[in-house]
Amino acid sequence: MKEIVVISGKGGTGKTSLAASLAFLSGEEAIIADCDVDAADMHLLLSPDFGHREDFCSGQLAVIDSEICTLCGLCMEKCRFDAIETNGSGYFVKTIDCEGCGYCARICPVEAISMKDQLAGEFYISTTRINNTLVHAKLAPGAENSGKLVAKVKKEARRMAEKENKKYVIADGSPGIGCPVISSLSGADFVVIVTEPSVSGIHDMKRVYELVRKFDIKTSCIINKHDLNPEITGQIMDYIESESIVYLCNIPYSSAFTDAITRGLTVLENGHPDMAKLVKKAWEKIKQNIND
Amino acid sequence: MTIKLQFGIVKIAIASGKGGTGKTTLATNLAVYLSGDRNIILADLDVEEPNSGLFIRAEKIYQETRYKMIPGWVENACTFCGICQDVCNFNAILNLGTQILIYPELCHSCYACSELCPTEALPMQKQRMGVLTHYKNGKIDFVESRLDIGQEQAVPLIDQTLKYIDTLPDNDSIVILDSPPGTSCPVIEATKDADKVILVTEPTPFGLHDLRLAVETMKILNKDFVVVLNRYGIGNKGVEEYCEENDIRIIATISDSRQVAELYSSGELVYDKVTAFRDSLDRIKNYILEN
Repeated sequence: MKEIVVISGKGGTGKTSLAASLAFLSGEEAIIADCDVDAADMHLLLSPDFGHREDFCSGQLAVIDSEICTLCGLCMEKCRFDAIETNGSGYFVKTIDCEGCGYCARICPVEAISMKDQLAGEFYISTTRINNTLVHAKLAPGAENSGKLVAKVKKEARRMAEKENKKYVIADGSPGIGCPVISSLSGADFVVIVTEPSVSGIHDMKRVYELVRKFDIKTSCIINKHDLNPEITGQIMDYIESESIVYLCNIPYSSAFTDAITRGLTVLENGHPDMAKLVKKAWEKIKQNIND
Repeated sequence: MTIKLQFGIVKIAIASGKGGTGKTTLATNLAVYLSGDRNIILADLDVEEPNSGLFIRAEKIYQETRYKMIPGWVENACTFCGICQDVCNFNAILNLGTQILIYPELCHSCYACSELCPTEALPMQKQRMGVLTHYKNGKIDFVESRLDIGQEQAVPLIDQTLKYIDTLPDNDSIVILDSPPGTSCPVIEATKDADKVILVTEPTPFGLHDLRLAVETMKILNKDFVVVLNRYGIGNKGVEEYCEENDIRIIATISDSRQVAELYSSGELVYDKVTAFRDSLDRIKNYILEN
């Protein structure tokens, strides 16, 4: 089983549209994992049934019992996150700022502070409208621990792929280079970077590729909206050649993607045969290269 | 403690659930446009992928490496009592009995292990996480922070950047915070001190879905927020219907335009070349300046 992760560095380059297209092409050969847990959108194209749903608990929050509190102020003094405040007659935890370290609860001389487990999101295993399995999740707004939720999504997708003897896991990653992206990359076999020819696109792609290099994962690249800026497309082509990144395809600037998204479809199903041909070619190249 | 801003300063965060909706385009154009008559402080808080600097021409006036604090192990002071491992809620410390392992990426710098160690065997020490750079051009102060590649936590660097810019403004400054995408902890950190939040989205089901998440987040933070609808004309009416049903103001729309996309792709500002875009900025400016 091989795990393919689609990332971009920059948001809005077409990552999810392309990952959903690869999911469509792979059919029953793959388990699909939506690892962009804080803005998971793949379900909007694959219409999953949310067949299995469970709570994701992670992290803790301090709670002060005002009946027991003696107003000594030690908790506020020790908190490094400015998460405890006072109005003179009581101490309160600012839930947005509390990181759940538990230091205050440990040092409170009268044990007035307890740590409460936090509901950090929901986790789902679904069958999609194209009859493959989608493992996905929804991080609670403002919750921490997105990296842990990504790890859970990936672990379950991998477990199912192995159990059901699938050839691939196809994972849609999140933008950026921080903890959820690092979590998506860990254990992956093949990376697809979706970029666009803009100053931001190439800048962000280089940063995320530097991260991928630390993991030593074979990498490929799709240049979306390639005709928007031919000069920067040329720079990206030079870069991927110099870094031995596998070139997959150039996709033209087109309304095909937004039209497909608006209809809840992948770009392969939306009456754009030229676009479908490009994405199919990219999928064939991925399959060739992943096994080399 | 955060230094509180003086009266009269407006702090605006530009955020979105979905990436690539036009946050940076809006933040940079707004900064330069408004600097015609106000002092502007623009901070790029998307420390994982900072892009504002690609659009702002300014001179570097200050740069410094930024650190977070993590425990360092002093072997000959350690008795392997295991308290450090017990008190760490983030599993960042492992007591092997003959060695203490510290995982810096898991550490939240709470100091519990260090201060509760009975033998002072875990003094806190600096660990590099990125670089902060301050640029200036006329009435614009531009501060960018860049997370080192491989660092997992954006929040401490965002927090330090906010503290840095809090020392800059004078009385009539407008502070513009270009925030990271998403709805998790980096976004909270970037928007929690803002007076007003502008959520930038696009009129597609992805844009709507991620806007809903961003709105939920802003409600938790109890923020005054509005929507700017970018790439207007593509997709469908879903975002407009949602905003109307939920009494959310759409203060401006920005029409979908290949010309804008091309200017953006080359690192150029748009407001001085596309009249319709400037008209949208004027509406956003009115919102920023209203009480």
